[in-house]
Amino acid sequence: MSMVDEPLYPIAVLIDELKNDDIQLRLNSIRKLSTIARALGEERTRKELIPFLSENNDDDDEVLLAMAEELGVFIPYVGGLEYAHVLLPPLETLCTVEETCVRDKAVESLCRIGSQMRENDLVDWFIPLVKRLAAGEWFTARVSACGLFHIAYPSASELLKAELRTIYSQLCQDDMPMVRRSASTNLGKFAATVEPAYLKTDVMQIFEDLTQDDQDSVRLLAVEGCAALGKLLEPQDCIAHILPVIVIFSQDSTIDQLLPIFLSLLKDEFPDVRLNIISKLDQVNQVIGIDLLSQSLLPAIVELAEDRHWRVRLAIIEYIPLLASQLGVGFFDDKLGALCMQWLQDKVYSIREAAANNLKRLAEEFGPDWAMQHIVPQVLEMVNNPHYLYRMTILSAISLLAPVMGSEITCSKLLPVVVTLAKDRVANIRFNVAKVLQSFIPIVDQSMMEKTVRPCLVELAEDPDVDVRYFSKQALEAIDQVMMTA
Amino acid sequence: MTSPSPLNWRFSQVFGERSPDEDVENIDLISAIEFDKTGDYLAVGDRGGRVVIFEKETGKDVVERPEYRYKTEFQSHEPEFDYLKSVDIEEKINKMKWCTTLNGSLFMLSTNDKTIKLWKVKERKVKKVKEMDHGPYVSSESSLLSESSFVRGESKSSVSNGHQLEWIDNKGTNMSPSNGQNVGDAAFARCRKMYAHAHDYNINSVSINSDGETFISADDLRINLWNLEVSDQCFNIIDMKPSNMEDLTEVITSAEFHLLHCNLLAYSSSRGFIRLVDMRQSALCDRSAIMLQDANPRGPKTFFTEMVASISNIKFAPDERHILSRDYMNLKLWDMRMSSSPVVTYKIHEHLYPKLCDLYNNDAIFDKFDCCISGDGSHFATGSYRKQPQQAASRPRRRSSLSNLARGLYRQGNNVSDTGTNEISCDVKSKLLHLAWHPKTNLIACSTRNSLFMFYA
Repeated sequence: MSMVDEPLYPIAVLIDELKNDDIQLRLNSIRKLSTIARALGEERTRKELIPFLSENNDDDDEVLLAMAEELGVFIPYVGGLEYAHVLLPPLETLCTVEETCVRDKAVESLCRIGSQMRENDLVDWFIPLVKRLAAGEWFTARVSACGLFHIAYPSASELLKAELRTIYSQLCQDDMPMVRRSASTNLGKFAATVEPAYLKTDVMQIFEDLTQDDQDSVRLLAVEGCAALGKLLEPQDCIAHILPVIVIFSQDSTIDQLLPIFLSLLKDEFPDVRLNIISKLDQVNQVIGIDLLSQSLLPAIVELAEDRHWRVRLAIIEYIPLLASQLGVGFFDDKLGALCMQWLQDKVYSIREAAANNLKRLAEEFGPDWAMQHIVPQVLEMVNNPHYLYRMTILSAISLLAPVMGSEITCSKLLPVVVTLAKDRVANIRFNVAKVLQSFIPIVDQSMMEKTVRPCLVELAEDPDVDVRYFSKQALEAIDQVMMTA
Repeated sequence: MTSPSPLNWRFSQVFGERSPDEDVENIDLISAIEFDKTGDYLAVGDRGGRVVIFEKETGKDVVERPEYRYKTEFQSHEPEFDYLKSVDIEEKINKMKWCTTLNGSLFMLSTNDKTIKLWKVKERKVKKVKEMDHGPYVSSESSLLSESSFVRGESKSSVSNGHQLEWIDNKGTNMSPSNGQNVGDAAFARCRKMYAHAHDYNINSVSINSDGETFISADDLRINLWNLEVSDQCFNIIDMKPSNMEDLTEVITSAEFHLLHCNLLAYSSSRGFIRLVDMRQSALCDRSAIMLQDANPRGPKTFFTEMVASISNIKFAPDERHILSRDYMNLKLWDMRMSSSPVVTYKIHEHLYPKLCDLYNNDAIFDKFDCCISGDGSHFATGSYRKQPQQAASRPRRRSSLSNLARGLYRQGNNVSDTGTNEISCDVKSKLLHLAWHPKTNLIACSTRNSLFMFYA
C-alpha cells in the first residue's frame, strides 16, 4: 500500500487541522500523529513531520501533553532505533514548557526512548541534551534535566560520568527550590546507576546536603530517597549514613504532626475521647518513643490524673505501671510518685483500690528495695488518717504489698503496723486486720507467727463485734491448719 | 547602630497625571503596586480590575535611576454578583504578587475580594511573512508541512502558499509581505489559573512562599494555603472565626510569608497584634508561636484608640529578624525575638491626633496605608496625607506628600517624632496609600488617586 507519492487528502486535512483554531481539532490531529506518520512513511516523517512538530509553539497544554505522549512511542515511525535521535529535539523543547504535566510527560517519553537507544547514539545525542537542559536558563529545563540522568549516566565514558555527577551535584544546590526538589526526587533513580565507589562519596554527599536544605519540601523528598539509597549501600555504610538521617527525620516530622493532635484530643471535653487516647498511648509510644512522649504527654497525664471524671482517673492509674516500666525509676520518682500516693486518698473507692493495686505493680516492677524507699514509708505514714475509709485503703495496700516485699520486710515493717490497726476503733478495720493477718500466713515465718500474729488474733477473737470475732477465728483456724501440715 | 545618611528624594516619573481639578473616575484609582524581584517590572492594579505592567527602560544610563515605560495591561478581574448573598463582588485589585519568571514570561498572582488569579504575560514577537515561489512538484502535505520551515531563517524554501504567521497567531489575519522582519513586541496576558470559591470573607493579602510552589491567601477571618499548581483545592491553616459571631473582636488585616524561612508566616490584626506562626508546629496554625504586641501604646485610651491600632500592612525585613508594621498613626519596626514592644515607633502624622473625630466622620480613619522596606533593609517608607502648604507652594504640590517618607533612620529604642511643620490641616482626599520600594535601588513607586509617581534617591 504505497501512499507516498500520491497526495493524500485525509492526511493533508489532518496536518492542516494541526494548526486549526479549534483545540479539539488540534488535539484530534495530534492523537492521530502515528496515522499521519505511517501514511507519510519513515523518511518523510523524519524529515518533515518531526521538524514541523519541533516548530510547534502551541500554547495549549492539552495539545502539548498529547504530543509529548505520542512522541514517546514514535521510534518505529521514524525508521527504528537508528533514527531515534530525531525525536529528541521536539521533546527537548517540551521539557522546558511551563506546565508541569507536559514537562513530566516529555521527560517520561525521553526516558522511554533513551532506554532503547544504542549506546553511541546516547553519547552523541542524549547526553548533550541532558547537559543542555541542566545548563538551561529557565528553571523548568533544569527541573526536567534531573529526571534524565539515570538514562544518560550508564552509557557515558569515565570522563563524562564524572562530569554528569558534578552537574547533578550542582543541580542539588541550585538557587531555585523547584530544581532542588526535582534533584531530590530523582536521587534514588540516579544513584542506582552510579558505581559503588562513587556512591559512597559523591552521592552520599549530595544526599546529606539535601537533607539539610533550608526548604522543608526538599528535605521531605530526600527522605524518600533514604529507602532507595539504603538498598544500594552496604549494610555498614547504611548504618553509618542513612540511619542517623532517618532518626532525625522521625523525630522531626512525626512529632510535629502527631503530637499536637494527641494533645488536643487529650484535652477533649468528652472523657471518652480522653480515655480512648489513653488506651492507645502504648501504640503512640511505639511510634514516638518514650523520651518525647514523656516530655510532651506528661503534663497532659498529670492533668488527667486530677480529672473530675473518676473513670478517666482510673484509666490513667491503670496505665501508670506501663509508663513506669518504660520511663524508668528516676523519672517516676520525680513526677508520678506523688500522684500515686495522692490516689490512695481519692474520694472514689475504685480509684483507691486501683491505686493500691498500682503500688503493688510498681513494687513488682522496681523491686522491694526501691519500694522500701519510695512506697512503703509513705504508705505507712498514712495509716493514721482520721477517716477510716482511708485507713482501710492503707490496710489493703499493705496486704497487697506484703507478698511482693517478702518475708523480712513484712515482718519488720508491715506487721507491726497491721497489729496496731488491730486496736482501731472501727470494727471494719479490725476484721480486715484479721483477714490481712490470715493472708500473711504464707509470708511470715513460724516464730513471727507465734510471737505476734497469733496473740493478736486471739485478742481479736474476743472482740465485741461479731464480724471481728468471726474473721479472727477463721484466721486462727487457718494458722492451725498450716501448723499441722508444717 | 550607625544610621545610614538620609536620602534625598527627587522626582523621576509620573504616569496617569491629571490636572488638579480634573475628576477621577473611581475605577481608575490605583489600589495596589508591586515590583517584581528584579525590579525590572512594576505592576499597578486599580479599582477597575485592571493590572498595568511597566518595564524598565533599557539602554539608558539607568543604573542608579531606572526609568520605566508602559508595557502592557490586562483586565484581571471583572465585577461579579454573588447571587447567594445578593452582594456585588468588586473587581478592585487588592493585592498582586510576582512569581518566578519563567521561559521569558512573567507570572503574577492578582486578587480581588474573592478570587485569586495566576496571570502569565508573554512577549510575542510578531513576524511578517515572506512570500515564496511556488515549487513545481510539491504535494499538498509537503507544502503544509514545509510552511513552517521558513521561520528558521532559511530564505530559500519552496513553499506554495507561504503566508503563515506564528502558530498561535493563526487567527486569519493577512499581513502584507515584507522581508521577514520583527514588527515589534506585543505582550499579551493569559489567565493560567483561577483559585476561586475558597473565601467567605474579603481577601486582603496573598503571599508566595520561598519554596516557590505554595502561597497563602488571607481574608478577614481565615488564611488558606494553596499550591500554585492546584487550583481546585486549598488548606485552611488559620481560622479566627469565633463560634458565635457576636464574640467577634478581631479580624485579620494582612498576612505575609517570611522571605527565607518556608515555614514561617506572620499575620496582623485589627487589634494591632502581629502573630508569627510556624507551619511545622501543626496543620492548623491557630496557636501562634509568637505574638507581637505593643504593651505600651502611647496616649490615653479614647474611643478611637482601638480603631487606629488596626494594622494595615506588614512587611518582613530582608535581615530575617525584623517586621515592619503600619497602623493608622505609626510605623513600627519589630524584632521578632522581642514580642513586648516594637524596637522603634515612627509617628507619621501626630498632628492628626486631635482630629480623629473628624477623620472618623469622613471615614478617613479607615484608610489603609502600605509600608515598604528598601532592598537592603536600611530604610522604610510609608504614606500619609498631603499637608496644606502654609504659603503658596514653592515646592510643587505633589512632592509635599512625600515629605514624610523614607526617613527610616535606624535608631534603637527611640520614638521618632514627626519632624514636619506645625501645620494643622491636611487634605484627607489626597492620600498616599500605596507604595513600593524597588528591590535593588532607592526608587519608590507610589500613587495618589490614579497617578503613579516614581521618586529616586
